[in-house]
Amino acid sequence: MKDIVYMDHAATTRMRPEAVEAMLPYFTEEYGNASALYSLGQQAKQALEEARSVLAKTICAGSGEIYFTAGGSESDNWAIRGAAEACAGKGRHIITTKIEHHAVLHTCNDLEKQGYDVTYLDVDKDGLVSVDDVAKAIREDTVLISVMFANNEIGTIEPIRQIGRLAREKGILFHTDAVQAYGHLPIDVEEMKIDLLSASGHKFGGPKGVGFLYIRKGVKIRSLIRGGAQERNRRAGTENLPGIVGMAKAAELAVAEMEERSRREAKLRDHMIERLENEIPYVRLNGHRTQRLANNVNMSFQFVEGESMLILLDSKKICASSGSACTSGSLDPSHVLLAIGLPHEIAHGSLRLTLGEETTMEQADYTVDCVKEIVARLRAMSPLYEDFLKENKKMQRYG
Amino acid sequence: MYSEKVMDHFQNPRNVGELEDPSGVGTVGNAKCGDIMRMYLDIDEQGVIQKATFKTFGCGAAVATSSMATELVKGKTVEEALEVTNRAVKEALDGLPPVKVHCSLLAEEAIHAALWDYAQKAGITIPGLQPPVEDIEELEPEEE
Repeated sequence: MKDIVYMDHAATTRMRPEAVEAMLPYFTEEYGNASALYSLGQQAKQALEEARSVLAKTICAGSGEIYFTAGGSESDNWAIRGAAEACAGKGRHIITTKIEHHAVLHTCNDLEKQGYDVTYLDVDKDGLVSVDDVAKAIREDTVLISVMFANNEIGTIEPIRQIGRLAREKGILFHTDAVQAYGHLPIDVEEMKIDLLSASGHKFGGPKGVGFLYIRKGVKIRSLIRGGAQERNRRAGTENLPGIVGMAKAAELAVAEMEERSRREAKLRDHMIERLENEIPYVRLNGHRTQRLANNVNMSFQFVEGESMLILLDSKKICASSGSACTSGSLDPSHVLLAIGLPHEIAHGSLRLTLGEETTMEQADYTVDCVKEIVARLRAMSPLYEDFLKENKKMQRYG
Repeated sequence: MYSEKVMDHFQNPRNVGELEDPSGVGTVGNAKCGDIMRMYLDIDEQGVIQKATFKTFGCGAAVATSSMATELVKGKTVEEALEVTNRAVKEALDGLPPVKVHCSLLAEEAIHAALWDYAQKAGITIPGLQPPVEDIEELEPEEE
């Protein structure tokens, strides 16, 4: 296989050519500042509002409820800090989970240092948050619940609708980090009772460095970026118009083709999981088997380490990712894999393969073949595997 | 991120495997941290290391430092092998990224652990050799 086999769509995606095409005029022709009075500026303003309207429709929101940001991390930071600070008079307790993205977790850690109280909910072995646990964690002073729509590492889809309903009944703001879900799963903010939703452009064929935050009409959150009056006085800074136009185009296409694409991806996903489970001993699927993003394969291979797998996969032109410590720059493996109860050594041997619309069956099979060969090669030099075979004792199997 | 030498020793590791009846075997590191190195040594009557092999569970740098460490101690006397420090391993690999320096420590410690095992079995004392430590995190890398 000559070309790159890109199996890391959860990290970022290749831009849709249509989205690139849509962006181009806004660099050199329609380059006006959307705040300017002259027609060049007003044309920019119009493009901005058209993009806003396209995005709003994809989640059944109103145009006035979409606020452009510099990406998923800014959206998460803004939603959580902004809501916490706006509600501080009412209470200072936040409920979230142990498997959130660091953009959520680190913001919550920061708030704790400033006197807020945060409950980090456990998840079960499949990565599911229990709605009961959320209900039990609610206190008099709870002002915000933040639970991700779908997990970026293990692909588990959370019970957002139920949590949204619960939060609304209790009069608590509900934020969901939908960075991995938006453009991949149907989202209806009205029906799901979502107050705040984060999305990022580059996860569905749009450009990097642009995203949005949905803020339900009437919800008050403090602004993070201060300055000009852009975004109805809530998020300052000249709008990244090419990025916004590109994101809207990509979102339009992603949502229109979602059903068909998901069906295709899920078929490839299940094919890969089935082959990996059947053809390699001592493996474990991480994440929920069915309540799972259509493009996510995450497996742990006992007795081998993730970074080694990634380097060897790279030499076969396969781009993948791992939750091993060596890929995170710390000594601990992924917090998500630890939260679902994996022992460190199993978490170190995890491999995430995330598919996209361009992924073919041929690529899926090629990847499985390479993983198989690489795992065998690494096991042959693993002292853990040697001990396992020698002692012939029943080591605990996680599968 | 890795030098060409590290990539070479990771992709084509030298001296992988076990030795039958080794003079000394040492295992260091732990699976929790993501690295385990095991080194096997064959030492002749003159105290010269005739063969050195390894098995490693760990990242690319862990495999590469194991491979380089076995290359460096081969043919050396026990005393000379003690001089193979983490710095020597690192330099022989044209450097390691800062977060991976602990892998070179692990390699040095694996050599020492195997030599310790050899000394115990042979009933000799190797001057300057300390018993292997349980936790590699207790070790400080040698200053540049």
